[in-house]
Amino acid sequence: MSERNPYAQELALFGTTARRIRLAIALIILAALPFVATPFQLDLANQVLLASIGALALMLLTGFAGLISLGTAGLLAAGAYAVGVLVREVGAPFWVTLPTAAVLGAGLGLIFGLPSLRLRGLYLAISTLGLHFVVVYLGGEYEAREVLSTGVMIDSPAIGGWELSSGRAWYFVLLGFAAVALLISVNLQRSRTGRAWRALRERDIVASALGIDVQRFKLLAFMVSATMTAVAGALFAYYRNFVSIDAFSLYLTIQYVAMIIIGGMGSIPGALLGAGFVILFPYAIEAIAAFLPARFGNTVFALDYAAFGVVMILFLLLEPAGLMGICRRLRNVIGGTPRPRDALTDQR
Amino acid sequence: MSLQLIANIIVLAAIYALVSTGYVLIYRVSRVLNLAHGELMMVGAYILVATAGLFSGDPLLALVLAAIAGLVMGIVVYVVLMRWMTGEAVLAAVLITIALGILLRGLVVLIWTTQQFYPGATFGWRNPPVPIAPGVQISAASLAIVLLTFAVYAGLFIFLRFTRWGVRMRAAGQNPLLAEQRGIRLHGVYAFAWGLSTFTASLAGMLMALDSGVESTMATIGLKAFPAALVGGLDSLLGAVVGALIVATAEIAAIQYVNPLLSDVVPFVVLLIVLAIRPWGLFGSREQLDRV
Repeated sequence: MSERNPYAQELALFGTTARRIRLAIALIILAALPFVATPFQLDLANQVLLASIGALALMLLTGFAGLISLGTAGLLAAGAYAVGVLVREVGAPFWVTLPTAAVLGAGLGLIFGLPSLRLRGLYLAISTLGLHFVVVYLGGEYEAREVLSTGVMIDSPAIGGWELSSGRAWYFVLLGFAAVALLISVNLQRSRTGRAWRALRERDIVASALGIDVQRFKLLAFMVSATMTAVAGALFAYYRNFVSIDAFSLYLTIQYVAMIIIGGMGSIPGALLGAGFVILFPYAIEAIAAFLPARFGNTVFALDYAAFGVVMILFLLLEPAGLMGICRRLRNVIGGTPRPRDALTDQR
Repeated sequence: MSLQLIANIIVLAAIYALVSTGYVLIYRVSRVLNLAHGELMMVGAYILVATAGLFSGDPLLALVLAAIAGLVMGIVVYVVLMRWMTGEAVLAAVLITIALGILLRGLVVLIWTTQQFYPGATFGWRNPPVPIAPGVQISAASLAIVLLTFAVYAGLFIFLRFTRWGVRMRAAGQNPLLAEQRGIRLHGVYAFAWGLSTFTASLAGMLMALDSGVESTMATIGLKAFPAALVGGLDSLLGAVVGALIVATAEIAAIQYVNPLLSDVVPFVVLLIVLAIRPWGLFGSREQLDRV
């Protein structure tokens, strides 16, 4: 008779010795990083951590629940503006602004999600795009009304006399937030909610026949995702000490969509990889542009757009499973245990 | 509402109507939403800048060459890029067009910088204001846009209704499987639809460039024309005209009476209202919609 593992052990994320060792190594590397990195590298790491929160949120919505959203920039803007407006108007501290941003995000997620009860696919993406323009307009209107030509300035959050302003302190704070986002994503994915979302993604009519409350889980996906995104937006505002509506263009949304495509649709590590790739990409282009004739050096952003477009096209055409797909292939070539492909990527 | 305001609405509606034919043509034939349409329109305008520089003495030749280039551009985009997405998930095809849009935005700035160009000035053409009613004036290029929009719609109507390729195109849109079994080459039809779509967009872009110059932000107008196509119903050309009129009226009224900042958001507010009430649009066919 085979003995069954206790349920608690099956549930544990780090149940085996190998997993515990891997976790310990990862933690040591992550903890040591800010002490060896230059301030510039630390800023990059912080940007990647911030982006991973948004990428995980979008992965939950699009990668797991199969609901397409082009509203990421709008939700980030909402979170950032919640902070900006509260700090400017009433001088609210961070322990007021962050929960407010989260609640605002949940509310907006509900609104962004409402069209999903009637629409699907392309039409849903377009309705979230429309809402993006509405949010951005409201932000711009606030700036115009208050005659802020340069956006809203925000002081660094402070606890007692200590101010959160150094890159190293930010690194650990953002690492904490990203870790929480990761834990939420992993646990949602492997729980009842995650299974309901996957059923929705594959075929919502079948899901409802299986007794899944389709409307509830769709709205839940939008609300969880929007809350995480809005909190990321609020952190972004504090990290930059500054909010301006120009930062939240449609291009930002496209970058987040690119993160989950390039990382690998439907994969949590993929969201992290994609966030790193998309954030570091412009810096790589800038480094390459330094070697090009000055004519191109003057328009680095254009070079960045063009190269980013090409990379996105190449991934969509050649490797729809993204960086995770490449990892999986490499692992199979090198010879580990062959891994099955994702259901979502098989479908495409 | 003054007559001048009505004239402005008609000009803006003509621009939206002309641009949205491209969205409708491609969606109707292949169910793909081309989010790079605004960028392709902008490239069409820049091609006119290039041909105007080459043939500044012969405006007609420059215009014709640029229009032909606009037609070829769409066919090239289909053959090089979109052909590989046939049969893939619709989302993947839309994402490819988004990526193409970013690529084109970058390329345009790399080639032409962010400077504003006036191809009309290159020809030595002054774009004089034309009185169309007592006290009402619009620029000659705007008048040309309105007239051209009528001509393009008439041409498309005749093309889709009475010519061999037009019938093939409608057949491919209605039922690709049956169409292919009857010997219609789908890739050819799709490529032609893309060509027509960028052709009309290029015409719009060229005339706007003649009217007020072209710079790298022109693509936004293309995106704002999308609500016009959707309000009317994404697969209906007649709907696109009505949608363009509605969106243009709402936009100009908002700019005039409420707040000029509303210009960018009003088309999308109209779009959200239509999506909430009648997602298939005013004239769109109901059964083909991706509804829950």
